Amino acid sequence: MSDQITFTIDGVEVKAKPGQTIMQAADDAGIYIPRLCYHPELTAHGSCRVCTVIVNGKPQTACTQPAAEGMIVENDTPELLEHRRNLVDMLFVEGNHLCMFCERSGNCELQAMAYRLGILAPKYPYFYPDKPVDSTHKDIFLELNRCILCGRCVNASKDVDGKGVFDFVGRSIDKKIAVNSDKNLKDTTMAVTDKAAQVCPVGSINKKGTAFKIPYGSDIEHKK
Amino acid sequence: MIENLRTEVEQICKSCGNDRTKMMDIVRQVQEKFGQVSSEAMDVISQSVNCTRVEVESVVSFYAFLSKTSKGKVVIRLCNDVVDKMAGLTPVAEAFKKELGIDFGQTTPDGKITLEYTPCIGMCDQAPAALVNDEVVTYLSTDKVKELVADIRKHYDPNKLKHRLGDGNNATDLVHSCVHNGIRKKGRVIFSEYKQEAGLRNALAVSPVEVINEVKNARLRGRGGAGFPTGMKWQFTRAAEGTKKYILCNADEGEPGTFKDRVILTERADMLFEGMTIGGYAIGAESGILYLRGEYAYLRKLLEKVLKDRRDKNLLGKDILGRKGFNFDISIQMGAGAYICGEETALISSCEGLRGDPKTRPPFPAQKGYMGCPSAVNNVETLCCVARILEMGAAWFAEVGSKGSPSTKLLSVSGDCRLPGVYEFPFGIKVSDLLKEVGADDAQAVLVGGPSGQIIGPNDYKRTICYDDLATGGAVVVFGPERDMVKIAAEYMDFFVEESCGYCTPCRVGNVLLKKYLDKILDGKGEPSDLDFLKSLGESIKLTSRCGLGQTSPNPVLTTLKNFRSAYESKVKPAENKFQPTFDIKKAVAVHESIANRKSVIFTE
Repeated sequence: MSDQITFTIDGVEVKAKPGQTIMQAADDAGIYIPRLCYHPELTAHGSCRVCTVIVNGKPQTACTQPAAEGMIVENDTPELLEHRRNLVDMLFVEGNHLCMFCERSGNCELQAMAYRLGILAPKYPYFYPDKPVDSTHKDIFLELNRCILCGRCVNASKDVDGKGVFDFVGRSIDKKIAVNSDKNLKDTTMAVTDKAAQVCPVGSINKKGTAFKIPYGSDIEHKK
Repeated sequence: MIENLRTEVEQICKSCGNDRTKMMDIVRQVQEKFGQVSSEAMDVISQSVNCTRVEVESVVSFYAFLSKTSKGKVVIRLCNDVVDKMAGLTPVAEAFKKELGIDFGQTTPDGKITLEYTPCIGMCDQAPAALVNDEVVTYLSTDKVKELVADIRKHYDPNKLKHRLGDGNNATDLVHSCVHNGIRKKGRVIFSEYKQEAGLRNALAVSPVEVINEVKNARLRGRGGAGFPTGMKWQFTRAAEGTKKYILCNADEGEPGTFKDRVILTERADMLFEGMTIGGYAIGAESGILYLRGEYAYLRKLLEKVLKDRRDKNLLGKDILGRKGFNFDISIQMGAGAYICGEETALISSCEGLRGDPKTRPPFPAQKGYMGCPSAVNNVETLCCVARILEMGAAWFAEVGSKGSPSTKLLSVSGDCRLPGVYEFPFGIKVSDLLKEVGADDAQAVLVGGPSGQIIGPNDYKRTICYDDLATGGAVVVFGPERDMVKIAAEYMDFFVEESCGYCTPCRVGNVLLKKYLDKILDGKGEPSDLDFLKSLGESIKLTSRCGLGQTSPNPVLTTLKNFRSAYESKVKPAENKFQPTFDIKKAVAVHESIANRKSVIFTE
């Protein structure tokens, strides 16, 4: 058996190592597949569905689907662009994403993805959730109205930090992140140096005292 | 009190081996004992089983029958399925509110009775129905509600409720329920006479591979709806690497309008367990788990007794029926009110003591299922078919049915028909013939396969029920001429909104949006462009959702849009002015008018 897998993404031949997902192989090959919940250092969550690609005619998420010999992957197609826009739209209206007032503006993966997909304003009606903000921790504040339920903090805290500070509670549209305490974040073992504090793609887990320090235009997402 | 709670919760955890994977059993018992799984109880559980507190909370908050806040000693869960609504739910609901003096979602001031709604409890043929804790009450009317509430107030013990008894095993002391089976038509496979354990004896006389081949020869496909070939599933599970393997039976019959497994569990438990034992032998499993939906808890005692009798007869246990080295036993895992747990990987999550979130596939259960071991998950009816195939042979089994769909299928029929109940028909039956049989002469629409299936109109009544045409897990709901199909679609969307696990974006958010737009249309504020919008959104949800629930959740909308387009078109009209019809300018300026203490001069009546 060969130790290399060959398949195509939009007709371009891509090589993958056994065990790699489509996403990993695409990243190695310099082909970009849009994504939101995916983080290269964490277990793939597969919840945002933005990296949905068509594999041999069937929809699969690139972050969870292992690369296989000869598979034909469609990624950059008008149909998928439309579905991805719809998904990002959904994430926008589900939360309160008021970019112009948000300290993560310019450093937010959701915002960057909206720009990338050409979304100027969501076409769906806003839900305006009203979840309490938790600013009890001395170094971190939680703003769950901006959470996209990507699961990065959950996995980072469990698998990297070994703490389990976060988990999901509730279900359906009421599903949300909760902390490992009956009270607040300050009552958990969370530290600002935790991996869980570094991986939030949006403005949900924020380090205090860092907002607006970097001028717009020179921040991470603009540099990309 | 707190110390008492600590001791008792610790005791419950201990009785479950302080095993984190037994979380469902632990939290169910705590809920039953204290009427809640309180914050303090969560702390004790997390310490006892060595997990984080928020992990306990993540489980408790997922299942509808569990709650962090206190509920009454008696919880009345009135089924608000579409069929119950058609059968007169509204006056019954009002009667409950009046008799109890509380609204839905509330508990009586004395803390004794809680009133809630719950989705389909599998009693559509005897709707309106409700659960009183584990007990089922059927054919509710305003008078019956009055009597029921008075009866509950005498003793606050659902076991002491006075009611007539149903037929068959429903009348036994073990079930003691008013539910009636409603078997309308007995087919050759499930409800005809059969020779108990002949299938198992035949199976044990040959090799596991030969058993799998027999099931393959019978071309048996999963009866839950998806129709995956059972023999192939078993072959994969058998071939997968792993010393421990499991066979799981999916008795989480939650698809609205489906109740055929209820009847199998009541009348054919032996056949089911026989099929499961054969499956265990075929794939090389020593353990089987029956995942029983929380709504069917009233059948648990009966099922436990059947299992005990089987152990006594060496139909379970060690060296079963003298077959050296074949050891197999079955346990029951109770669910706690979550439709999603009928999805096989969510069912596995739940058995493992987790939230009922579906798992990422691959790996598939046949490779890595329950506790990471190769597992086969089969429907109740499928396993019964297995017992008959091994008893009578593959050729006998496939004698009836259609080409791609051999043998019979149980259909649970309800809605606007004279003879609701369970029917066993050969696959390939025409919808029109079925309608004739069930006494539905003027059906405007038929839901085949539950809301995750299709809603068809008269043009499609010549189509047949089988895997290659109209596939179904068993639900058939008939809608008479006076029903508003847009409203029906909206009510089924309520169900999916409620039952989404919330894991993936399209199912969690998209279904809420579909519902909002349907409501807008029903409210008379829909525009013609909304119909294309529904279609486009529905297709995104279908294509991008993570599991079968999400991938089928827009079906009530998409299939009614296709088959009942005129019902939608008659409700939408072009907007009269530049404002969006949903935007109420008067309402929008009302707050400011009150602050300014004067009326707007521009936006007047």
